[in-house]
Amino acid sequence: MDFNLTEEQIMIQQAARDYAERELIQDVSERDAKAEYPTQHIKNIAELGFLGMMVDPAYDGGGMDTISYALAIEEFSKIDSSVSVIMSVQNSLVNYGLDKYGTHEQKEKYLKALARGEAIGAFLLSEPEAGSDATMQRTTAVDKGDHYLLNGTKNWITSANAASYYLVIAQSQPEMGHKGINVLIVEKESSGISLGPHEDKMGMRSSDTHSVMFQDVKVPKENRIGEEGFGFSFAMKTLEGGRIGIAAQATGIATGALERSIKYSKERKAFGKPIGNHQAIGFKLSDMAVKVEAARNFVLKAAWLKDNNMPFGVASAMAKQYAADIAMEVTTEAVQIHGGYGYVKEYHVERLMREAKLTQIYEGTSEIQKIVISRSLLQD
Amino acid sequence: MKILICLSNVPDTTTKVKFTGDNTAFDKTGVQWIINPWDELALTRALEIKEASGGAISSVTVATVGGTEVEPTMRKGLAIGADDAIRIDADPKDAYYVAAQLAEVAKDFDIVMAGIEASDYNGSAVGGMLAEFLNVPSVSSVSGMNVEGGNVTVTREIDGGSEKVGVEAPFVAVVQKGITKEPRIPAMRGIMMARKKPLKVVPAVEVEALTEFATYELPEPKAACKMVDADNVRELVDLLKNEAKAL
Ligand SMILES: Cc1cc2nc3c(=O)[nH]c(=O)nc-3n(C[C@H](O)[C@H](O)[C@H](O)COP(=O)(O)OP(=O)(O)OC[C@H]3O[C@@H](n4cnc5c(N)ncnc54)[C@H](O)[C@@H]3O)c2cc1C
Repeated sequence: MDFNLTEEQIMIQQAARDYAERELIQDVSERDAKAEYPTQHIKNIAELGFLGMMVDPAYDGGGMDTISYALAIEEFSKIDSSVSVIMSVQNSLVNYGLDKYGTHEQKEKYLKALARGEAIGAFLLSEPEAGSDATMQRTTAVDKGDHYLLNGTKNWITSANAASYYLVIAQSQPEMGHKGINVLIVEKESSGISLGPHEDKMGMRSSDTHSVMFQDVKVPKENRIGEEGFGFSFAMKTLEGGRIGIAAQATGIATGALERSIKYSKERKAFGKPIGNHQAIGFKLSDMAVKVEAARNFVLKAAWLKDNNMPFGVASAMAKQYAADIAMEVTTEAVQIHGGYGYVKEYHVERLMREAKLTQIYEGTSEIQKIVISRSLLQD
Repeated sequence: MKILICLSNVPDTTTKVKFTGDNTAFDKTGVQWIINPWDELALTRALEIKEASGGAISSVTVATVGGTEVEPTMRKGLAIGADDAIRIDADPKDAYYVAAQLAEVAKDFDIVMAGIEASDYNGSAVGGMLAEFLNVPSVSSVSGMNVEGGNVTVTREIDGGSEKVGVEAPFVAVVQKGITKEPRIPAMRGIMMARKKPLKVVPAVEVEALTEFATYELPEPKAACKMVDADNVRELVDLLKNEAKAL
């Protein structure tokens, strides 16, 4: 077993850390307060290649492994998860899905621009009535010969406004249940698409989240990914990989909170000594560090399995559930360690706590991950 | 025109420095190595100049004196954007020795940039010595550089302000902060390309080092801060005079 990162992985980790510490930190609180989209940062990280990290270089991607990607997501998330969620949806849902299952023509037309980060992508699965139970798709894509006619509403869509291309999951043959579901590449500029208002979120407020309405939107047949009825399976397979991204994000949030807590525990004095020297605080730090380390190992293991073409679905569910849950615990303790200062914006830990909460919800709630894990345990 | 960056491999600035062998050697275990910050700025500026030169600057090369262990740091230079790299296979003993080694390589270049110092030994000697070996002008404290149509102007920091100097290549620029805003972050593409770019290894030339390190000492640990009551000026003056010996 080799726990060493490669030279390239270390360089990527450092590059992400440098960008986050130098640039993201400057306006992260302001963007959070104003719920302002990080337009310039997204442009910058696109130029650095962070939006197409794992895509095949033949389609203008970086050709990097999942470990590198997880390390980069973790570094960005230590400071700013609004940026890292945009990056995560782009890399591990949209690009991965197209790269793995798209045709050459689809990749030429859509993936190249996405991999270069010149176009942003969004992944549209959730609906007002279909969240955890994604089989209950009400959005329909009716076969009209040379095109599908798309109708329905998607909810909670990250990058809905910024994106040029959507991957939309929709029901084409309701009588076949989830086997009738398709996945279509939809250009946002198509007529019949409208957006709901920007969601006023608890955290990751600088990422843009909207509902998306489709009314008689024509989608050419050649924009279907995979065979007829492949949509549900596509969504589940992509989300397996996506969970590594969110697990890395949660690990980053927890790490950021831990690092800030260690620093603060050395500086802040109470009863004549640094608070870290009070065992109650020292032990909190110790518990936090153990959890963060375990979460990171989970993430890297899942990424390693994926990179080595081994089944990684259960590992990524474990990583996501554990990392998200400990991110919530660790950030809550970080606020506690900071006392009153933790409850105000200046020290960032209250924001990290708000961000952590989302990692337990999207791309499969913690409860859903437990269903995935327990099913695999009970399978004969 | 061709630019050479003298790139030194130094411990990360947050390294907890320790010594071994009865304080005669720096303990390298567990140390994270980086490009010397001034060299990284020089490299960044060189690339900016090259990109704006419309082909007038044909290449930017990095050169390092060191064993194979410096290659990851050199590849970081390649990832940032240098075209090729030259490693001079020798243990960097002292500034004179390093300058002599670099001179062998640097004679083929028009503009040679060296950091004002390296963040490990802070010797501030290599750049000047290198110019002397090459018998070319050296410009010190360079905080800006422009190349236009083959004419090079550099900005130097001087007491109370700065001056602009025209220089004729070949020359050595000893670079300090301000030469560019921030070191460039390598793009993913650059990182993946780094191993594919040429990294040439050349043998050392025979020179004697002029100095050798006898022993090292760590600075005294910082004393804890003493609080004096705001009303108690007498005690403050007494402490400043007799304990801190600052008055
Ligand atoms: C900011 C944000 C961004 C998002 N981005 C996207 C996006 O880009 N694309 C996209 O498609 N979706 C996105 N989502 C949607 C997200 O994936 C869903 O919110 C999530 O899957 C949960 O679905 P739900 O909100 O409908 O909750 P529900 O499914 O209604 O769940 C409610 C509660 O019931 C629990 N629950 C449900 N079923 C079970 C069960 N069988 N056993 C035990 N407990 C259960 C859940 O764990 C949860 O606690 C985003 C959500 C948010 C908040």
